[in-house]
Amino acid sequence: MAGGKEIRTKIKSVQNTQKITRAMEMVAAAKMRKAQDRMRLARPYGEKMRIVAAHMSRAHPEYTHPFMAERANSKRIGIIVVSSDKGLCGGLNTNVQRLVLAKVKDWVEEGNAVEACAIGNKGLGFLQRLGVNIAASVTGLGDTPHMDKLIGPVKVMLDDYSEGRLDALYLFYTKFVNTMKQEPVMEQLLPLPTEKLEGAHGIWDYIYEPDAKTVIDQVLRRYIEALIYQAVAENMASEQSARMVAMKAASDNAGNVIGELKLIYNKTRQAAITKELAEICAGAAAVG
Amino acid sequence: MAMTMQVDIVSAEESFFSGLAEFVAAPSILGEVGIYPRHAPMLTRIKPGSVRVKKAMSDEEELIYVSGGILEVQPDVVTVLADSAIRGEDLDEAKATEAKQRAEEAMKNKEAAIEFARAEAELAEAVAQLAAIQKLRKRR
Repeated sequence: MAGGKEIRTKIKSVQNTQKITRAMEMVAAAKMRKAQDRMRLARPYGEKMRIVAAHMSRAHPEYTHPFMAERANSKRIGIIVVSSDKGLCGGLNTNVQRLVLAKVKDWVEEGNAVEACAIGNKGLGFLQRLGVNIAASVTGLGDTPHMDKLIGPVKVMLDDYSEGRLDALYLFYTKFVNTMKQEPVMEQLLPLPTEKLEGAHGIWDYIYEPDAKTVIDQVLRRYIEALIYQAVAENMASEQSARMVAMKAASDNAGNVIGELKLIYNKTRQAAITKELAEICAGAAAVG
Repeated sequence: MAMTMQVDIVSAEESFFSGLAEFVAAPSILGEVGIYPRHAPMLTRIKPGSVRVKKAMSDEEELIYVSGGILEVQPDVVTVLADSAIRGEDLDEAKATEAKQRAEEAMKNKEAAIEFARAEAELAEAVAQLAAIQKLRKRR
């Protein structure tokens, strides 16, 4: 009998894989809910920050911050790539990497130098393979985004910008649309796009304490940090839902494979029985 | 009815308070400021300390501890953008250095160097954190 035992072992192993993917699906579903809550919690801060920055750009401060000023020609471009630390989440990282790849290629062709900052393990590996200069990186963020861990790499990029080593800064991450849909997006961080800062017009100014320069500098830095924090939170929610969907597909596939294997197994088993019966009948006929 | 203003106290990780209030006191960098409704627009840094909010239509006062941040005052809106992490010049600097080193390590990928640099960065961070904590203690 050809392969009866082998087929049985195969079915067993696929069943084991299915158990694992099903468990991962459930874990991802539970984590996704928490990640979404965190994403929502991060929103008010980002929104308030935006409003303050908008007020500031409309007020008439005696000082224009370098983050607000457009630079005539951008030659050195900084990118921040947010990705997941772990794989097994469908096309999540591949999609955002494809976007990065296309943009970087364009920029390099136009004669720009690109400097990168990696948030997440997968992005770090990708940028290394791509061969761009990596200025800063952070990996191992876990399931909750912490401002603590993001301050360092963000500061490196912002300092590079304010000291003139970078002329523009872009952020790449995966935007969470809904459970089934996540979109890779690129956002311009610096110089601050003015259309984002729509606010009330008027001739008035704040009272600044201790002085305009330090306060504005801090507000803008915090604003950029808030944007990046929000991006990381969205990326995490996207990661968990992408993983949940990928694992659900894997479990379903495993189910189909098991079905097919069972069919083959039963067919071979029946064929073996028929063959045996035919042999017995033939034997009996020959004796009688 | 007394005049009120909208008060929001938020950090990147959560929202601490949102509602109407009659009075807010916050630890500004140049000393504590008290704000009543119709205050002139003001933007200031705040240092680690507690923000006191007197809620509208109740005698209750809410005390919220913040580890620094920014205070924005508009005539009828007060917003406190609290920092969610311990900050300080040297502390941020140490974190930046660490992030740079991690990138350099990743590019070199030499085991021994990584261990040494990581240990060094951890040491730098610990030192900076200690300094920040001591500063915080002095301020209180």
